[in-house]
Amino acid sequence: MAARNSYDIVIVGGGPAGLAAAVAAKKAGTDSILIIERDKELGGILNQCIHNGFGLHTFKEELTGPEYAYRFIEQVYDLGIEYKLDTMVMDISRDKVVTAMNRTEGMFQIQASAVILAMGCRERPRGALNIPGYRPAGIYSAGTAQRLVNMEGYMPGREVVILGSGDIGLIMARRMTFEGAIVKVVAELMPFSGGLKRNIVQCLDDYGIPLKLSHTIVDIEGKERVTAVTIAEVGPDMKPIPGTEERYTCDTLLLSTGLIPENELSRGAGVEMNAVTSGPIVNEILETSIPGVFACGNVLHVHDLVDYVSEEATRAGTNAANYVQNGCADEKSGTDIQLVATEGARYTVPSTINVSRMEDNLTVRFRVGAVYKDSYVSVFFDDERVQHRKKRIMAPGEMEQIIIQKKKLADYPDLRTITVKIEAE
Amino acid sequence: MYDVIIIGAGVTGSAVARELSRYKLNVCVLDKEEDVCCGTSKANSAIVHAGFDAAAGSLMARFNVRGNEMMDDISRDLDVPFKRNGAMVVCINESEKDGLQELYDRGIANGVKGMQILTREEALEKEPNLSENVVAALYAPTSGIICPFILNIAMAENANANGVEFFFNTEVEAITPAVCGRSGDPIWKLRTNNGEYKAKYVVNAAGVYADVFHNMVSADKIHITPRRGDYCLLDKSAGNHVSHTIFPQPTKFGKGVLVAPTVHGNLIVGPTAVDIEDREGNNTTAAGIGDLIAKAGDHVRNLPIRQVITSFAGLRAHEDGHEFIIGEVKDAPHFIDCAGMESPGLASSPAVGEYVGAMLREKMGLEEKEEWIGTRKGILNPANLSIEERNELIKKEPAYGRIICRCEMITEGEIIDAIHRPLGARSLDGIKRRTRAGMGRCQAGFCSPRSMEIINRELGIAMEKITKLGGDSKMVLERTKGGAQ
Repeated sequence: MAARNSYDIVIVGGGPAGLAAAVAAKKAGTDSILIIERDKELGGILNQCIHNGFGLHTFKEELTGPEYAYRFIEQVYDLGIEYKLDTMVMDISRDKVVTAMNRTEGMFQIQASAVILAMGCRERPRGALNIPGYRPAGIYSAGTAQRLVNMEGYMPGREVVILGSGDIGLIMARRMTFEGAIVKVVAELMPFSGGLKRNIVQCLDDYGIPLKLSHTIVDIEGKERVTAVTIAEVGPDMKPIPGTEERYTCDTLLLSTGLIPENELSRGAGVEMNAVTSGPIVNEILETSIPGVFACGNVLHVHDLVDYVSEEATRAGTNAANYVQNGCADEKSGTDIQLVATEGARYTVPSTINVSRMEDNLTVRFRVGAVYKDSYVSVFFDDERVQHRKKRIMAPGEMEQIIIQKKKLADYPDLRTITVKIEAE
Repeated sequence: MYDVIIIGAGVTGSAVARELSRYKLNVCVLDKEEDVCCGTSKANSAIVHAGFDAAAGSLMARFNVRGNEMMDDISRDLDVPFKRNGAMVVCINESEKDGLQELYDRGIANGVKGMQILTREEALEKEPNLSENVVAALYAPTSGIICPFILNIAMAENANANGVEFFFNTEVEAITPAVCGRSGDPIWKLRTNNGEYKAKYVVNAAGVYADVFHNMVSADKIHITPRRGDYCLLDKSAGNHVSHTIFPQPTKFGKGVLVAPTVHGNLIVGPTAVDIEDREGNNTTAAGIGDLIAKAGDHVRNLPIRQVITSFAGLRAHEDGHEFIIGEVKDAPHFIDCAGMESPGLASSPAVGEYVGAMLREKMGLEEKEEWIGTRKGILNPANLSIEERNELIKKEPAYGRIICRCEMITEGEIIDAIHRPLGARSLDGIKRRTRAGMGRCQAGFCSPRSMEIINRELGIAMEKITKLGGDSKMVLERTKGGAQ
């Protein structure tokens, strides 16, 4: 066993969340920081996102994924933040011992004073969807195909059907088209897309690729390589409607059917999880149920824009630095206010607020469960409605937010519950 | 000219090959697929049945019970993951309780040891997640769970290490009797897509194709129906839902939908039973999966079926008489059938190998090799090492420090071993069956590109030629426009 090292903050994952958290923690005055990244370079999934559209909020300009990542990687270099590449974290213990492994150092352990979980998410595979048919080559999750095309330089196929209208699937529809492939159709189980509106316009509509809502795949043909898939319309019960089948010959099926926060390590550490987000339950400083273990980015809840990942991770990094600099003591007083998402709002991040420790303006993010037009985001302090904001459109593919002001909470010393809901009027 | 040609590198053919490798004999195995374990052997319940199911006096009963007995030695000698977790046949209708006694009596007649009929309370104590409706259960402690891939691969590797040749992508198209020009003895000529093979003896272990080859040489026709079974495999987080293999009471279509832990910690649910025509028709169907999910909850409560990580289908080689056909074909001397190898074929395989080996030893007057090695070391699993041992290993072989499959935590070192050992992996599925890389909850989304790079580097196979499962199952088709440099 290599000698046990210790760091003030160990950050698990060197993607957008981990990078922004590291930079923020360093700027907040903590020097002893280590980023552990399993891939061969920093940047995470951004490295394969070579399309533009990143950074409009953060940098007020349109960057590609690698460019966006580099803005943070450069700061990591300049600030002298330590990182290990090609290193897999194998375990995180409740008392914040991080066990990791790589080719040169073998398996080693690090004692951290604080841990920031920034492992991101993974794609839901075909198997989890029980799609019937054969199991030939040519079926990829959209992100795996994106890696093959953009990082390895290989085309997985020439005639493509895509199931699911998540953003990566939409982006890959356009990317494969650029490379000369024919994308025949995008089928989406739900009556709405899971992706950003702008991606539907720029990646499908602009290239005449049909999006079939309320459709799913009912058969995959091909014993060696995919030769055809059959899609069918689904009814309100999500079951295929007989007689609506349409068969598409193709050699490739891409799946973009949802992202799952990658929390095996968090569960192993004993972090309490939110069943809706599949991410840790966190409080107002993005701290999990284990004091000193923070979470940010897609491991916490799947984000729509990387800008919001960076913003959230910046808070997590700053808060982790404060935690370490305060001698790892949880400095709070009074009881926690519970946040409740209901009636159209699916979840909130964070789940609790302690007023003594919150920022002046706390951003609470959530997603809606269906498409809402001309509806209201309402916030209740116990039974009193305190915010009522009209939104022209809200969709599950896009994150929503509310701001809770600390000074406003001062007027409600006995507040127990803040409820977020969507109201028709 | 071979002394013996075995058609089929599944678990039965490989078991026969291993037994024959004991003798001074020229043996080869032909398989139309690119690897061992590509047919029925790769898609089944992975159960080493106790042996109470088959009719008393049948070959199924005899080989099942004997195979079950042999499995401790086989798994130790060949390093195969195997566990006797015990099975329970669960009765949920008072009126069907007699059926358990019938099974018990049959088990006794078949020589199954240690069985008990449990009351509802005893059954629930052993297996708390049984259905509320459980009335009684038959408990068979000798039933086990095994890694079917590794059992097959290990027997083939061991046979190969002892001199048996394997020819893959070699499909037998015709078998004709002939006479050896030199000795005047009868021989078999096998026409394949890769030229002609000749042998004194042929062992037909061709799974769902066994009737095709039998019928090429015999007037006494047999008929095998591919009986498709759909399965769901659940995440390891559901792997402890039951600890025994849970069966419903059997029907004429077989043992029914079982729920069992796998030897690797997942939970398996299946199979359905649908007779089909297509001998390659191992596609799942919406109806099949639906049927499975509907039935699976009958005997096990709160089955976390939503934690499915993959579904698949396998084909049982169902012979019309529902019986193994093992032995020399009457009107085709020197042609040995191992046909009708449906369940309990996996459990029976070592016993079938033993039987065919002994038969040929006698018929051919075989002599044992002095240098036969009966053991085989599996791919090293670093997860079983202490941290100190693991670090020693990584110092020597840094590839054991790089994780390729994040779900199953499989290292590059294990994958390199899988590629370079005897009968090594050449495809992604070959790597998967040998190491489990790609078998976890992300279903190869993460490791595929990385495993492809390793195959490319270790075997010099161009990326565009790397396959998932041989043949035309290419993973990528061409360079991107910008990737062509």
